[in-house]
Amino acid sequence: MPAEVRIRVDGVEVSVPAGCSVAAALCHAGRSATRQALDGAPRAACCGMGICFECRVRIDGVERLGCLTRIADGMEIGCDA
Amino acid sequence: MRELRTEILVIGAGPAGIAAAVSAERAGARALLVDMQAEPGGQVWRGQWNKPTNSQSRRWIAALRQSPVECRYGLRLVDFAAPGLAVFDSPDGPLRVRCERLIVATGARERLLPFPGWTLPGVFGAGGLQVLVKNGWPVAGKRVVVAGSGPLLLAAASSLRAAGAQVLRVAEQAAATDLARFATRLARHPAKLAQAAALRLRLAGVPYRCNAWVERADGDEQLRSVRLRIGRYSERLDCDALAVGFGLVPNIEIAQLLGCTLADGAVVVDEHQHSSVAGIFFAGEACGIGGVDQALIQGEIAGRAAAGSARLSFGLRRARTRSEHFARSLNHHFALRDELRQLAAADTVLCRCENVCYGAAQACRSQRDARLQTRLGMGHCQGRICGTAGAFLFGWDAATPRPPLAPVPLSCFTASPTEENPQESP
Repeated sequence: MPAEVRIRVDGVEVSVPAGCSVAAALCHAGRSATRQALDGAPRAACCGMGICFECRVRIDGVERLGCLTRIADGMEIGCDA
Repeated sequence: MRELRTEILVIGAGPAGIAAAVSAERAGARALLVDMQAEPGGQVWRGQWNKPTNSQSRRWIAALRQSPVECRYGLRLVDFAAPGLAVFDSPDGPLRVRCERLIVATGARERLLPFPGWTLPGVFGAGGLQVLVKNGWPVAGKRVVVAGSGPLLLAAASSLRAAGAQVLRVAEQAAATDLARFATRLARHPAKLAQAAALRLRLAGVPYRCNAWVERADGDEQLRSVRLRIGRYSERLDCDALAVGFGLVPNIEIAQLLGCTLADGAVVVDEHQHSSVAGIFFAGEACGIGGVDQALIQGEIAGRAAAGSARLSFGLRRARTRSEHFARSLNHHFALRDELRQLAAADTVLCRCENVCYGAAQACRSQRDARLQTRLGMGHCQGRICGTAGAFLFGWDAATPRPPLAPVPLSCFTASPTEENPQESP
């Protein structure tokens, strides 16, 4: 297994460690906020275990929780869920 | 839609669910074990599937590997289309499972409470950050404050430090006198005492404060600092992350959905872990917070009972009584203080999904009332965070969830079933 995988975050290609969660990968990619609240405030992963839904992102077009999804090579992630 | 059949469906593959599924198979039943995460272990045995680090997890994970239990991961329960017909969502699309009996072992979640700044990126649950780090979240070199309440804080601080974080403080809201009494109780449980002592040793050099809690978090696009209240003093700490959780609460949505009797926010079960609804068993934290030992014992009992082997050994009975005593002292000594109800300001967000503020929620009589008046609890998390906080802040009863239990594609309800394991059907 390669130590790094290539993914695209909002259209920008980045390398992140293989084997981590999508939420962790986004942090590695330098994204502190991964969605906006209704008032535009930045939000990011919080509970880490699929309860709060704050880390939701679009993965290959489908809304998923970043904390419950493992990163995979070639994933297209959109921070607008 | 794909459809599976099984005799016993076990939802949740943490310690209780693993013990239940393995014990059910040993007692001669067919079991299907499902979990919403990518691999078994739940929260407490996260990452141990390929690398068990203690004798308990080693034993049970090996037992599961050798057992004929069928396992499916990445499955999130959406609804019961009929009694004994569970509907799940998964990355591969929806899946239905027909079962004769059900064991629910969905564990617990952290209680998160609102304070100014708690929605900033960089503010996590205490167990939450621990879990994120186990899944690769980069924390090395970062300044972290750990706060809230309960023994989980020590475990979280220890594993954050092991991952390279600089843990600035551990702030426990309980009073020093209560902690001293808890430590005395711990002496009756040598294994747990040793565990606690080892944790404290690994945290040597990290200031641990009792009577201490976070008053506010500040930052712009992300957390920059926190203000701690320590008795009569307050202290500002610049930091990169705050891990804050106020104990655990049972995940009871499935029990509510199925109409099982609840008491004090936990599922009521008999001595065979059977709920008030025929054929539905519960094991582990859903029946009340008690830790991994209790979860394993209850899982074993539930698995055997669901397989029709109702006789309880003397050893299991004794182990259960002992673990229950420990659980009671845990809940008693880490009771949450009143000051925590005063942290949120009127304009502090309470419902993170629908951005409903504390002030608006405070004016409502119940969680249901708040739903109708303000949309509180009607967003993605369905009130799992704000409803739990509201129970502590305002004394609200948990509102009954409505299916679907999580946002899912419409195909979960519309697709017609195709049987996936017909060779196993009777």
